[in-house]
Amino acid sequence: MDSLLSISNLSVKFATERGKVQALDGVSLSVNAGETLAIVGESGSGKSVTALSILGLLGDSGQVTDGAIEFDGEDLVNVSAQRLREIRGNRIAFIFQEPMSSLNPVLTIGTQVAEPIWLHHKKSWPEAFAQAGELLQRVAIPDAAQRLNDYPHQFSGGMRQRVMIAMALACQPKLIIADEPTTALDVTVQAQILSLMKNLTKELNSSLILITHDLGVVARYADQVAVMYGGRVVERASAADLYKSPQHPYTQGLMQSIPKLDGDPGSRLYTIDGQPPDLSKLPAGCSFHPRCPFAREQCTTAKPSLQDIAPTHQRACFGYER
Amino acid sequence: MQAFIIRRLLAVIPTLLFTSVIVFASIRLIPGDVVDLMLAQNDISSGTDRAVIEAALGLDKPIYEQYFVWVSNILQGDFGYSLWQNTPVAEQLALTLPITFELGLLALIVALTVAIPRGIYSAMKQDTLGDYLTRSFSLLMLAIPSFWLGTLVMVFPSVWWRWAPPLQYTPFFEDPLGNLAHMLVPAVLLGLSLSAVTMRMTRTMMLEVLRQDYIRTARAKGLKENLIIFRHALRNCLIPVVTLIGLQAPLLIGGAVILEQIFVVPGMGLMLLEAVFQRDYPVVTGVFLIVGVSILLINLVVDLTYGFLDPKVRH
Repeated sequence: MDSLLSISNLSVKFATERGKVQALDGVSLSVNAGETLAIVGESGSGKSVTALSILGLLGDSGQVTDGAIEFDGEDLVNVSAQRLREIRGNRIAFIFQEPMSSLNPVLTIGTQVAEPIWLHHKKSWPEAFAQAGELLQRVAIPDAAQRLNDYPHQFSGGMRQRVMIAMALACQPKLIIADEPTTALDVTVQAQILSLMKNLTKELNSSLILITHDLGVVARYADQVAVMYGGRVVERASAADLYKSPQHPYTQGLMQSIPKLDGDPGSRLYTIDGQPPDLSKLPAGCSFHPRCPFAREQCTTAKPSLQDIAPTHQRACFGYER
Repeated sequence: MQAFIIRRLLAVIPTLLFTSVIVFASIRLIPGDVVDLMLAQNDISSGTDRAVIEAALGLDKPIYEQYFVWVSNILQGDFGYSLWQNTPVAEQLALTLPITFELGLLALIVALTVAIPRGIYSAMKQDTLGDYLTRSFSLLMLAIPSFWLGTLVMVFPSVWWRWAPPLQYTPFFEDPLGNLAHMLVPAVLLGLSLSAVTMRMTRTMMLEVLRQDYIRTARAKGLKENLIIFRHALRNCLIPVVTLIGLQAPLLIGGAVILEQIFVVPGMGLMLLEAVFQRDYPVVTGVFLIVGVSILLINLVVDLTYGFLDPKVRH
């Protein structure tokens, strides 16, 4: 299958008060057309930065220092600002983590959902509004047409995230990036929102990048998975392979720390020792080595690169065993 | 919304009552009362005359009685008579109030047209030369008292270019252009000094708003920077700026009083100044009461503006 988006060897640095921080270090990913890629990792592992850099939304302090992002045959790193704006919201859309603060409090829902249609499809406002009404209906907002003139504060968190989804789908994008879309929501609402997102992207035959730290979500919704740690991708595989045989010690640790219904009652949950690394002072060598039960001398000095261990399964590990 | 307005108007009553006590007492606390001045001007210094004048002006009664008479008259719409000209204060107020109102409105327009675009510009060009210059200019306007700048505008152009700002007042409805030509210089001076704080507030708020998540959402939609600023950021940024404008209302009126004096604008300020010098109690208290009501009304308008800017207040 042709890949719709491919990121190769992407490095991103942020200028902070404490100097430059390497947020991404040689990240490589790809998303095929119509597929869902989950990016998994702890906070600070670089998953959101990866997503934001695709659309050039890193802000003034963040900068891509190396690597390439190719979307549908176009290089997004060196693209003009004008061309990037044509792609944003039109061919690649973003769903953010915080539905509470990601909608503009002084504009009506109708205006905000209709805006990308007005902007990219050059429709008049009444036409764009009519389409916005249909979109709200598709994301199952009750009384959609009446609610176009309401403001974000009149919606619950789950409903706002539905609005964000409607906004993202407005121009039928080829790729939708959802950055922890359900983290801020009630557990009961999470599953509804994820299923809705999955079904609608399937209808449009769009690809989805789902950023999450929830392995349960990955198992249910993802086709491919990339596990990130300390600004690097440490394992890439199909969701099925990753669950069957996780190959990186970090992924293995994550899998073991999921509570299981059939586990021994009273047994302690597995935890990975230590803390996720501070990006401004990453350890030398493999950044996971201080927490890795299998670490050897080599792991403290050399960085393992992403290697094939099966045709569709890669890991970045020297592979020492117990 | 109606209930809100009624509640706000009712809340004005105790404030006004309190204001009236302070105004009534403070003018009488200034050394040298009106009778002294009248006697001095007429060059009469006999004890009997003093008692006669006091009785004629109603100043012989105890002060609390004078206060209650004044308040009950005001409640009936009677502001009393000037102690010197014996003309009704209400009549004088009706003549001067619109002029000061015009000056204040012009100054406010100048202040906003200067402050808001400069604030936005400064925020967009944060930490560039343009930003520094804009901010320095506004600090300068804040630091220079408008009466001093007013005096300079009167003096230097006439020395250098033999040009002086027009000082002849013509009513707006007789000669709008002549009226504006006269009012413009004091309005600009007053407006510039008011614009300083507003500009800095606009800049700070704009920087704050541009960091919000919904601005990132707007960027992710592919909007151009100017649409992001004017459609998505500006209204959010103006909510606190409007509050500030309400708080500046007393400054606006205080500034008008001084500039009217310099530029010979026959408004309430000029009237007030003369009345204070002459200890014309009914005029002073009448003007202050109107000023108090105006400030309270301006703040009511500010609160109503929130409803327009912020949908959370409206619903």
